Amino acid sequence: MFAPEEFVSTLTELGITHVVWIPDTTLGQWDEALRTAPEIELVQVCREGEAWALAAGLYLGGAKPIVVIQCTGLFESGDSLRNIVHDYRLPIYGLIGYRSFLNAASLPGDTCLKFTEPVLDAWALDTVFLKDESMKPQFAEHYRKCTEQQIPGICLMAEGAA
Amino acid sequence: MSTPQAMPLAEALAVIHQHRADAVVITTMGAAREWQTLEPHPKDLVYMPSSMGQGPPLGLGIAIAQPDQRVIVVNGDGCTLMNLGCLVTLAAQAPKNFTLVVVDNGVYEVTGGQATIGHPTKRADSQPLNFADLARAAGFTEVYEFDDVESFRFEHETLHEPGPVCIVLKTTHQTEDVSARSPSPPAERIQVLRTSLKS
Repeated sequence: MFAPEEFVSTLTELGITHVVWIPDTTLGQWDEALRTAPEIELVQVCREGEAWALAAGLYLGGAKPIVVIQCTGLFESGDSLRNIVHDYRLPIYGLIGYRSFLNAASLPGDTCLKFTEPVLDAWALDTVFLKDESMKPQFAEHYRKCTEQQIPGICLMAEGAA
Repeated sequence: MSTPQAMPLAEALAVIHQHRADAVVITTMGAAREWQTLEPHPKDLVYMPSSMGQGPPLGLGIAIAQPDQRVIVVNGDGCTLMNLGCLVTLAAQAPKNFTLVVVDNGVYEVTGGQATIGHPTKRADSQPLNFADLARAAGFTEVYEFDDVESFRFEHETLHEPGPVCIVLKTTHQTEDVSARSPSPPAERIQVLRTSLKS
């Protein structure tokens, strides 16, 4: 959906200082661009639960982080997400790759298609869903809205192969 | 078989409290409960309610954002087992201003003292899991172990060595009045910490 340089440019315009992530096939295409971005620090974690907590610490320290993970990582990290955005009410923003939404050919029957949206609904997060290229500008708009309102938010981004 | 030496948790925490200087101190589970009996500090985070295992990455984020601010995370052994990957993440980031204290009593104290999977009774070799070795294997170079409070007190400067530092404290576990507790609503307390980090 976003070309690597386009994604970095968007994050830079938004003033994001740190990307806390675990790459998947789609998100991983941004790896080199993120690693070499002069105004963004890429922080990789071992498991997605760490990402929400680490981003929270960055926020507390005055940085502007974003969590970038696949929807499977959203499933894994639910308790950490709950703790950070609901118990502690910290306005952490995440970009979630929606595996198999555009193309399930590599993982026929992928249940990410069944559970991703209901799980996001369950966590009661303000979400924008980018289903195709034409919707890309909504990411920055939604991030700015959540930042202004000091609320957590999610950009769900359609992906193809795993 | 002799009983391994260990120190009371409250005494171990008192050493950290006395020698914290201006450090952020994040405490979890049993340590969080006992920390509340000590004089509070604006840079405390009694991380309760918590997501078990996420204290170290929370502290790591602060340490990355504020490289001149020492951050000490006091984590239980059960919490550490919940997120062993954090040792690898910490070692990869290698913040010089970060200290991880692992309070190792071998049990889930706040839920009644059930043995963790790292307890000798749960392990095939009947040996306690060695958290210091795990930290070294993950990439920590500054690793210390203490099983008596006088040694820890004598070596308290390890808390502020260039990090990342891992200090494993062998502690006894309480059997009474052990339940986890929070001093006040968490969203209010974390804003106190955030404000203190701005000044």
